Amino acid sequence: MERVPVLKIGDILLVSIQIDMEDQVALQLQEDLAERIVATGVHGVIIDISALDIVDSFVGRTIATIASVSRVLDAETVVVGMRPAVAITLVELGLSLPGIRTALNVELGIEMLGRRADRDDELFDDDDEPGQAVVTTP
Amino acid sequence: MPLSPDEASRFAELLEGQAEQLAGRWTELAAAGLRGRLSSAELRRQTADLQRGFQQAFAGGALDLGDDAAAELRAQLNELSSNRARQGFSATETAVSIYAFKDATRDALGDQNDAAVLRDYVAFSNFVDQAALFTFDSYVRVREAIIADQAEQLLELSTPVVKLWEGVVAVPLVGTLDSARAQVVMERLLQTLVDTGSPYAIIDITGVPAVDTQVAQHILKTVVAARLMGADCIISGIRPQIAQTIVALGIEFGDIATKASLADALRHVISQSKRSGR
Repeated sequence: MERVPVLKIGDILLVSIQIDMEDQVALQLQEDLAERIVATGVHGVIIDISALDIVDSFVGRTIATIASVSRVLDAETVVVGMRPAVAITLVELGLSLPGIRTALNVELGIEMLGRRADRDDELFDDDDEPGQAVVTTP
Repeated sequence: MPLSPDEASRFAELLEGQAEQLAGRWTELAAAGLRGRLSSAELRRQTADLQRGFQQAFAGGALDLGDDAAAELRAQLNELSSNRARQGFSATETAVSIYAFKDATRDALGDQNDAAVLRDYVAFSNFVDQAALFTFDSYVRVREAIIADQAEQLLELSTPVVKLWEGVVAVPLVGTLDSARAQVVMERLLQTLVDTGSPYAIIDITGVPAVDTQVAQHILKTVVAARLMGADCIISGIRPQIAQTIVALGIEFGDIATKASLADALRHVISQSKRSGR
């Protein structure tokens, strides 16, 4: 079975989906990503779906689940690069993917996550080291 | 009463023999119906061509306008009606040009009290009627094609997406929004967001005369789709009456920002993008 690669860039995991999103692939990605977040202790996940022509309800729900799981692990998920046709289809289907943050492209997605990291830095300025010891392995 | 082969050949002869005179008379009669909107030289050329078409059709043994021998004539009639349609003549004016041929030919026939001549004429008149109806049909077809083309062009023209600021695009909507247009606007806007990487979009509805539930639905869908893609949409240009209609209809814009003017919307967007540190 094909797998979606998960790349670590700084404090962010980048997932660029370049293959057809079959149900099994989506579930596998969900598991892989949860493990990688825990292993690397990142605080941001970017899922790039600019190569996806079709996002069905299952994939939409899986992405929502991934976002929820990541949030529990203290990593914020941003879905980037959704195509207009995909967005229109999702709206027509009544799937507005609540709770998922989106950005137009990877660059804006990284910026969005960067802003959050800045805020966190300010919060922890005096006592704690940023981006550390926040994730605990269950 | 359709033409018999005999009659067809007799008419072919008649049309050939009195070509000059018939065309002249026909032009005269047709010109009366067109009220001088076509130069007489131009009309003369058209009628002469058509007459040749008729003559050749009869000479080829066409008894009906659908016959193979009349194919050339049909093509001529088609061209005539498409030209007339484009020049703005009415369908009746176009058909009357053909009908005039009957009158012109009647004058050229011999003794009008002769039963044989009369029979000939009725059959011939039948044929010309078919030709005129055919013109009518092609005229309508061409007109419909023109209307469809124009509707498409209007759709293209009426939905520009303009860049207002760095990272801000705007769609000034003008005119009534129906489903087809809303679809085009939505696709165009979303595509521009992707192409320019603008995180903000303003939909300006100053030029929309009325907002009903359907129009609001279309706008809301566009906003939700833009959000899904990661861009924020603001609605601006809501006139007082429209605001009242929206409230009266119970349309909920939810957490979508709405501003009275495009300037307000732009100010809002700029302050927002500053706040988010860009």
